[in-house]
Amino acid sequence: MLDLDMGKYGFFVWTSYSAVVLGLAGLIVVTLRANAKHKAALKALQDGSGHDTTGLDT
Amino acid sequence: MINFLANPERFTRVTAPLRPWLVGLGLALMAWGLYLCFASPEDYQQGDTVRIMYIHVPFAYLSMALYAAIGIASFFGLIFRHALADAAAKAIAPVGAVFTVIALLTGSLWGKPMWGTWWEWDGRMTSVLVLLLFYIGYIAIHNAIEDEQRAARSAAILALVGLINLPIIKFSVEWWNTLHQGASVFRADGPTIAPAMLWPLFVMIAATHILTAWLILVRIDSEILARKYRALRARLSYN
Repeated sequence: MLDLDMGKYGFFVWTSYSAVVLGLAGLIVVTLRANAKHKAALKALQDGSGHDTTGLDT
Repeated sequence: MINFLANPERFTRVTAPLRPWLVGLGLALMAWGLYLCFASPEDYQQGDTVRIMYIHVPFAYLSMALYAAIGIASFFGLIFRHALADAAAKAIAPVGAVFTVIALLTGSLWGKPMWGTWWEWDGRMTSVLVLLLFYIGYIAIHNAIEDEQRAARSAAILALVGLINLPIIKFSVEWWNTLHQGASVFRADGPTIAPAMLWPLFVMIAATHILTAWLILVRIDSEILARKYRALRARLSYN
């Protein structure tokens, strides 16, 4: 049976879980965005378009 | 095996098909683990704060395991000049740093209601804070030194020096009289936690480790792509 009522410890428990969600979600988003950016930049360079819109040139 | 995977192309070819399985399995285990975390009984002394253990312990383990991985990769990068070793260490460092912050934060949020204090300069907490400083130093060196090889060498030396902190973290609760409790899961005489709480913990440990493996494989792939990009760009501008 699921018990989500943390009583007087609610602040400590939910803040802890929120920190994990924020940290993990942040890492996943940053990692996936960087991966997509690097793939696009390399592809643009290999295609010889010379137009890098990913900002990796800087 | 290490020699086999040291080739970046081969590494990508071998690990790319694993990634969807790892993220799928990790998320499924995480969902199951979270259900178990809140379906397990509360502790007779700690009440509902025991549920912080299910996230604090996995991230504390990971903060140390990832630093050990950086140390091993740095050793191979420094001594054997494996092409992938520095890329792997560099990709792991920010993940380890975030996980160390999570371990410190959740530990503090668990400590306040149980010990009556957010922080104490005891052996365990201080040595984990030192671990975070090593992570920050490692990342700072990579960002501060422009020459990639010089940055890798300097960061690797720091990473190897920092390895000495890992046994200090592990044995701090035995060497010193600390506020932090001693080991209760991986002990020579077996865990001292009730099975009803041990299972959710094991599922969360498995989920976080598998998701971390996926995250690191994607990050190493990004690092390989970035290095390929820089190499190709240098070649094109040279021609």
